[in-house]
Amino acid sequence: MGVIELSWWQLALAALMVVMLAGCTAALRLGMSRSLLIAALRTVIQLALVGLVLEALFAAERLVWVVLMALAMLLIAGREVMARQQRRLLGGWTFGIGTLSMFLSSFTVAVLTLTVVIGPEPWYRPQYAIPLLGMLLGNTMTGVALALDRLTDTACRQRGVIENRLMLGEPWQVAIGDIRREAMRSGLMPMINAMAAAGVVSLPGMMTGQILAGTAPGLAVKYQILIMFAITLGTGFGTLAAVTVGSRRLFDGRERLRLDRLSAPRS
Amino acid sequence: MLSECLRLVGVAIGELVDVGLTIEPGEIVCLSGASGSGKSRLLRAVADLEPHAGEVWLGGQAQSRTPGHVWRRRVMLVPAESHWWAETVGQHFADEPANAELQALGFTRDTLSWQVARLSTGEKQRLGLLRAIGREPRALLLDEPTANLDGETGERVEAWLTARIREHRWPTLWVAHDRRQIARVASRHWRIASGRLEEGEVAWA
Repeated sequence: MGVIELSWWQLALAALMVVMLAGCTAALRLGMSRSLLIAALRTVIQLALVGLVLEALFAAERLVWVVLMALAMLLIAGREVMARQQRRLLGGWTFGIGTLSMFLSSFTVAVLTLTVVIGPEPWYRPQYAIPLLGMLLGNTMTGVALALDRLTDTACRQRGVIENRLMLGEPWQVAIGDIRREAMRSGLMPMINAMAAAGVVSLPGMMTGQILAGTAPGLAVKYQILIMFAITLGTGFGTLAAVTVGSRRLFDGRERLRLDRLSAPRS
Repeated sequence: MLSECLRLVGVAIGELVDVGLTIEPGEIVCLSGASGSGKSRLLRAVADLEPHAGEVWLGGQAQSRTPGHVWRRRVMLVPAESHWWAETVGQHFADEPANAELQALGFTRDTLSWQVARLSTGEKQRLGLLRAIGREPRALLLDEPTANLDGETGERVEAWLTARIREHRWPTLWVAHDRRQIARVASRHWRIASGRLEEGEVAWA
């Protein structure tokens, strides 16, 4: 069974309904019709462009192009982590920490999954590598951004507590220990919730896609489990790494709390 | 018994420049000055909580050559407003304080199981002192240690503090406003005026 062809006019029908929704939000004065329409437009343009890129990539099937694509995705994800912070670490540290921790976790898990578990021929076959990395990066990005934001925000609000603990002679790791654990938990929580609800409350997107494309549900389920585990690994280790490095950066060599290394909160 | 001097050499932080001061073992030096003159920041510099210039010595040990947390455990700063992070009072103590110590500050053993959220400002201040001293420091930096206490309690805490300081021979830098308190506890008194330390009188005629 093949996939039923979708033509542009059929998409236009769906788009028309989005416009109707925008009309309703305008009538209710929610003040978000504009951003809704812009976001919808961005979806069309971005996905159309990435479709072109993927077609070229699949046709070429060269390692160097796959790597370049992966790097571009990583840098955009790093920028997105930075954009989601109320308070950034100054001097590009948020971008650096976010990008590095996503690189370490997502890329390692993606390469391991490709070479050891799935094993396409060649291992970097773009049909497997790019979607896998995309799902990993997308979720890791959410976890890392949430955890870093929680870390810096809580450190600012609990400055008095951290400094009082330092005054009592506690090492910096102990003084910020509770806050660090809380930040790590907030980064891991979405993935744990997603795994707990998978199949019961929500049908995961990739599995749905594969079933729509004609894959037997049994195989789609196996792929989905693999992806969920890979995403959890990537998000988990990425979050742990980002919070570990980020919390170190909040202190200097003399173990002083240095909130002056954070930008002012965005209004 | 350890007896070490606390010595500030050329310390500068914020508006304050070139602060030099030696505090003998068991000596209390009071520090006063208008609010915003940098008293608290000077204490923070001595505890190495903020970047600053100059060096601080505890006996033969230099601040810059001691890991931050080791230095702060020895040169203990007790802030004017203490902070509490765990559920109960007792969880904040490294070792359980002796009954006599609790009673001296107007508490009982029960206090250790109190909820932190229930503490009044004055209780927090007294327990903050007890908590800090329980960590066995070797020098004390006190930021208005009796500011939130009523007259009678304040004098009781003051007497308890000075007795501890003399007993353990801790060099102590004590920020105070009250002239009578300065007269009672200090052997020397320094005032911060226009970014400098100047010697003030201990007792007023």
